[in-house]
Amino acid sequence: MAIRSVLSTRTLSGLKETSSKLLGFRGIQTFTLPDLPYDYSALEPAISGEIMQIHHQKHHQTYVTNYNNALEQLDQAVNKGDASTVVKLHSAIKFNGGGHVNHSIFWKNLAPVNQGGGEPPKGALGGAIDTHFGSLEGLVKKMSAEGAALQGSGWVWLGLDKELKKLVVDTTANQDPLVTKGASLVPLVGIDVWEHAYYLQYKNVRPDYLKNVWKVINWKYASEVYESECK
Amino acid sequence: MAASSAVTADYVLKPPPYSLDALEPHMSRQTLEFHWGKHHRAYVDNLKKQVLGSELEGKTLDHIILNTYNNGDLLHAFNNAAQAWNHEFFWESMKPGGGGKPSGELLALLERDFTSYEKFYDEFNAAAATQFGAGWAWLAYADNKLKVMKTPNAVNPLVLGSFPLLTIDVWEHAYYLDFQQNRRPDYIKTFMNNLVSWEAVSSRLHAAKAASSSSA
Repeated sequence: MAIRSVLSTRTLSGLKETSSKLLGFRGIQTFTLPDLPYDYSALEPAISGEIMQIHHQKHHQTYVTNYNNALEQLDQAVNKGDASTVVKLHSAIKFNGGGHVNHSIFWKNLAPVNQGGGEPPKGALGGAIDTHFGSLEGLVKKMSAEGAALQGSGWVWLGLDKELKKLVVDTTANQDPLVTKGASLVPLVGIDVWEHAYYLQYKNVRPDYLKNVWKVINWKYASEVYESECK
Repeated sequence: MAASSAVTADYVLKPPPYSLDALEPHMSRQTLEFHWGKHHRAYVDNLKKQVLGSELEGKTLDHIILNTYNNGDLLHAFNNAAQAWNHEFFWESMKPGGGGKPSGELLALLERDFTSYEKFYDEFNAAAATQFGAGWAWLAYADNKLKVMKTPNAVNPLVLGSFPLLTIDVWEHAYYLDFQQNRRPDYIKTFMNNLVSWEAVSSRLHAAKAASSSSA
């Protein structure tokens, strides 16, 4: 009773907002496969339509499905206070959540030639690349070499270290997002070097895939991310 | 740790003990041409380049693998050496007309250590299906017991103190051409039902037991 008299209208509406957020917590947010902003065949000849379709509809979809399953299991385990199950689920969340995060970035990192794919970065990012790597060619050479040398499955990244305010090239294993290599790292361009990303077209010759993928890299998107992080 | 069977010191690209089309329709000639002819060949060729002029020159493949594993903090030659070993072991783990249930001593041991062949099948299947990214699933022998293991990338049971008996390669290149649309589970089933060479597994088990007792 005393509490009611203390509550103002603003507080009540604030509480209403809070309770709907709390209700939101009871059901977890699940994820769906993002659409590609271009047709599967639009990146040819650099990446075949066959690869794009399987990569998107099978591989990425599987990560989304398994991530959602893991999140539901996590939600149940958290509600039950089942700590060992929570811990046990970490690797499934990392694999599948990472797969979803990384591939969502990847589709935006690519663009058909007629939508600017392959066009060199201008503006702030272009300047930063020249500063840190000498030239775009220098960056491409470095990323291609590191991507080719990666053993097993993983990604090669151009990232921005927000803290040190510099560009970095790094690799991650399996589906580890770039942030697992450093909390202040923001991914700008990621190139998938899992075999599924190129095998049907390039077979074992990963270096040829790495030579050709640059023709469809969407530097406009990378520049947008860079500029917004640099504010 | 005693040396394993099969693989020699010369870093040779040994051909599989059957022609490249002999495993069809379960594993295509095209897959063998790439998997053995390109991937395996590259591991052997690159290993030779890495070892030449280094302190590893002249050492056996097993020696290189054991000495470059470095408790998981892999040294330079590990990947090529282990992958050369793993692939030769893989070809010899298969045969035309293979697969299915073994018999005799091997079946008895599988039943002893897994309760039944079906339970072993499920466990091996699960290991192969859930090895995330690139890697291998194994039937191995240690402490007088059979067990299923899974390893990432180039790692194999030799560096983990166990005798490998059987392996399936679950790097994507092993199944991506034949089991399109990412059907790793179908590939594993086909391997188990149609390709496993239980003769190879048996002879490896005898070698493993002999090596165990001689070092006992």
